[in-house]
Amino acid sequence: MHHIVLERWSRGASPLHRLDPRAKIVPLLALLAALATARHALPEFSAAVFAMLCAALLAARIPLFAALARAALVLPFAAVFAAVCWLSGDPARGLALALKSYLSALAVLTVVATTPLPVLLRGLELLRVPLFLLTVAQFLYRYLFVISEEAQHMRKAAAARGTPMRPLESLGARFRAAAGALAVLFARSYGRAQDVHRAMLARGFTGRLHPLFDLRFRPADAAFTALASLAPVAARLAIERIR
Amino acid sequence: MKRPVIETRDLRFRYGDGAPALNGVNFRLDEGECVALLGPNGSGKTTFVLHLNGLLEGQGSVEVCGLSVERRNLPAIRRKIGLVFQDSESQLFMPTVLEDVAFGPINRGLGRPEALERAMAALKTVGMEGSAARAPYHLSAGEQKKVAIAGILATDPEILALDEPTTFLDPPGQRALAELLGALPQAKILVTHNIPFALALCRRAVFFQEGVIVADGPVDEVVARFGWDFATAAPQPRR
Repeated sequence: MHHIVLERWSRGASPLHRLDPRAKIVPLLALLAALATARHALPEFSAAVFAMLCAALLAARIPLFAALARAALVLPFAAVFAAVCWLSGDPARGLALALKSYLSALAVLTVVATTPLPVLLRGLELLRVPLFLLTVAQFLYRYLFVISEEAQHMRKAAAARGTPMRPLESLGARFRAAAGALAVLFARSYGRAQDVHRAMLARGFTGRLHPLFDLRFRPADAAFTALASLAPVAARLAIERIR
Repeated sequence: MKRPVIETRDLRFRYGDGAPALNGVNFRLDEGECVALLGPNGSGKTTFVLHLNGLLEGQGSVEVCGLSVERRNLPAIRRKIGLVFQDSESQLFMPTVLEDVAFGPINRGLGRPEALERAMAALKTVGMEGSAARAPYHLSAGEQKKVAIAGILATDPEILALDEPTTFLDPPGQRALAELLGALPQAKILVTHNIPFALALCRRAVFFQEGVIVADGPVDEVVARFGWDFATAAPQPRR
């Protein structure tokens, strides 16, 4: 059995979890826009955004340090570009890239960790995001489990046949082994994906996923949307004015 | 005389690499009948079943409830035949169990309340109503199998085709499944290596070998003829 942390977090029961997904998606977009376009007083504004997101995570009773660590997954990618900026003599831009990437990831993670995926997708659909994109997102999420499971099966099978758990002797040998395993993993995952597609066709799939439930946007959701959308914009304006 | 619900004539199929999988299968299933498809691994049983609702296309003819299996008839045919796959995890693709089971009814044009009602009833039938809100990939293999079966039952097909339905089910689970399937009025095709299960549910068996049906008759006779009665007549342990 799998134990998917984000999935478990998203099934919580905090007031943030209970909000309509649109009440979280719209403020998320506002925050991302405010963050992406921030130029002056970025460190101060980043600190304010960080504090807001930490408060949201704590309010949602999500383990703070675990969430912060997961959001850091984007840093290796951002760090490459940040390093390029740094080396080309623009350290401020490099720092801005790293800060904006990390905070954007943390903001998205906060929404995803407080909204079950089907509910989130339904919210996006109601916000007129193209259905094709949502279908792709849903299957991407589904296939991540397929790939992860195949990888686990392969790892277990290799371990059962006595694959040494210590690193292999040379880097080349390790690379070849990893490349081979990756190719097999791809082939097996592709086979599984075909099976899933067949199963869908067999049950009458015609290319459109139909949602099973409707969402209700209550006055509390509207109030939260307004407040949470304005908060980052107001914080940015205030910080820029003070400086 | 009962009407045939499935009829195949001289069905042939080769996989992309040229390997022959079906070499002229002639088969008939009558309404309400339950037939076990037996045979060694790789003999073409699963490939044959995938032809019944057009997931694979071979040469020869396949008719389901009087409809020829061809592109224009596929939506109607897929409403008539419910397929439970060997690997049930692949069959479960929606975020929650309830949504997965309701997928078929919704795609058949039912409204949400009716689809949900059917899905819940099907889950209750297989004893999984308590897992409606869970994610399918969090279920055990046996639970996944039950949910996969519920997903087919919810569509209320005229024919059930089950590929290795007892895989991952423990003996009480197998017994419960046999009782459940035995109570269903639909015609059934069971692809299985589980001889006691086949004996419990079917009077007739066909035996596949190298892509053709080489025997067709009462289950016990077919099983005895090919020495497949190992499970029911196991040798005594040496003392």
